Amino acid sequence: MIDREQVLHVARLARLRLTDAEVDEMVDELPRIISHIERMEALDLDGVEPTSHVVQVENVLREDVPRPSLGADRALEQAPAPAAGGFGVPSPGQS
Amino acid sequence: MSADPALLDASSTAAAVRGGRLDRGEVFEFWRERAASDDLGSYLWVADGPDGAAGDGPLGGVPVAVKDLFCVEGVPSTSASRILDGYRPPYTSTAVSRLRSAGAPVLGKTNQDEFAMGSSTENSGYGPVRNPWDTERVPGGSSGGSAAAVAAGTAPWAIGTDTGGSIRQPASLCGIVGMKPTYGAVSRHGMIAFASSLDQCGPLTRTVTDAALLMSALVGHDPLDSTSLEHPEGIRLPTAERLDGLRVGVWGLEEEGLAPGVADLVRQAIGSIESLGGAVSEVDLPHASHGISAYYVIAPAEASANLARYDGVRYGLRSEQSDLLSMYEQTRHDGFGEEVRRRIMIGTYALSSGYYEAYYGTAQKVRTRIVEDFRTAFADVDLVVTPVSPTVAFRLGERTADPLSMYLSDYYTVPFSLAGLPAISIPCGLSEGLPVGLQLAGPPFSESRILDAAHALEAELGFEGLPRS
Repeated sequence: MIDREQVLHVARLARLRLTDAEVDEMVDELPRIISHIERMEALDLDGVEPTSHVVQVENVLREDVPRPSLGADRALEQAPAPAAGGFGVPSPGQS
Repeated sequence: MSADPALLDASSTAAAVRGGRLDRGEVFEFWRERAASDDLGSYLWVADGPDGAAGDGPLGGVPVAVKDLFCVEGVPSTSASRILDGYRPPYTSTAVSRLRSAGAPVLGKTNQDEFAMGSSTENSGYGPVRNPWDTERVPGGSSGGSAAAVAAGTAPWAIGTDTGGSIRQPASLCGIVGMKPTYGAVSRHGMIAFASSLDQCGPLTRTVTDAALLMSALVGHDPLDSTSLEHPEGIRLPTAERLDGLRVGVWGLEEEGLAPGVADLVRQAIGSIESLGGAVSEVDLPHASHGISAYYVIAPAEASANLARYDGVRYGLRSEQSDLLSMYEQTRHDGFGEEVRRRIMIGTYALSSGYYEAYYGTAQKVRTRIVEDFRTAFADVDLVVTPVSPTVAFRLGERTADPLSMYLSDYYTVPFSLAGLPAISIPCGLSEGLPVGLQLAGPPFSESRILDAAHALEAELGFEGLPRS
């Protein structure tokens, strides 16, 4: 099942900081949810194709014609730290 | 004015405006004042005045309340998340553009569960919504603000989104009509994404005719959403008064967990279907009971990918840190609420190396089985009827400590979502003084048939919503 170490691993994959108390809650809750999910394992699914899209659609091609889009000024309007015509971020550091 | 908008359903108000019996500006102001007086937490923002909606469209200037996750240019659009606090999108969602083109201005933005993750609207980053039938109870969710506003009469009609039941369940708990269209019928462009293979926009209204009128404006192919389609049959306004010859299959009345009072009302409604001439039988959906398990893999998996974009770089909240990775992690910790964090964790876990096939692969196969179950059922019946919610509205706080009990609120709605089918919730009576909804669903693109059946049944059931004058 899912233990503390695994919770911390998944949180790192998700780029999500969790406090110690939040890790404890996840360790408590996630196994109960996942054991409900695992009821699916009782089904015989041999040879069943997976479904990722439920409504039949066919690929449609169009000409690749350039057209105007948002523009840099608009795109940067909501940025927390716009810098030098782009999105400012802190240094990637050592990690 | 020669008619009172409080006493008319929205489509009748639209007809009165178009016929010159009501003034468009006065109708807007009437509803704006009501929206501003909301005391249930239904709204996150109310418009000052009508925007540039078309003057002569079929929606007649009757303003529409819009779930917060629909982007509207220049208007706060946060999906009720603190991570998007203050965000004002630079573009407008196709659904809202289509409503404006059809003559409906935006009345306000309605409260919801954060990123549409929840069944009670208690997960909003801006406080919960209360049920107008009993303010100690939840309105359902995630479109709880839209449902409460329409039920309480602070909006004439509204739109929401449904991923696993988020239109139908709050409509049921608030005693109004709510419809989830066939997947692809309405463009998702500009809807802040939760689970892209499931999310659909639809109406929440007082009457079935109101729902049909909004639907007719919403559907259609959009080049900006490649999963959207031209509706092959279009939406007809419902006229049916009888159900002669309609074959209706019943599912789910023997499930453990279905409240006896809810089951009784659903059985009575099924009796009404028969008295209107419908032929009722039972249908077997052998895999539908596994819907919740499959859904709670697929939806969180897709959400974990969709929510990767909230990283403090391009918009929304940033928690300052000295290095990039810490900034990402702290921003996402501070900006996301508890349930959103939980779903990101479930989804990331299910997609992580070594678990992908066991969880996501299995869930997609269960999804295939559920699609096949419905295909088999619809060889024998025209529509399927089920309860919407296993219980009436529950008390605030009652299920927040137990996420699994909250997830099971969607037991009856999730299978139709996984199969992409159109489904409506209409009120069928009161149990313990609280509304109960009936779900009617059909094959892909059978919206008009569902609306016709719901229209005939609505008249027969004679449900009285909360007074609003």
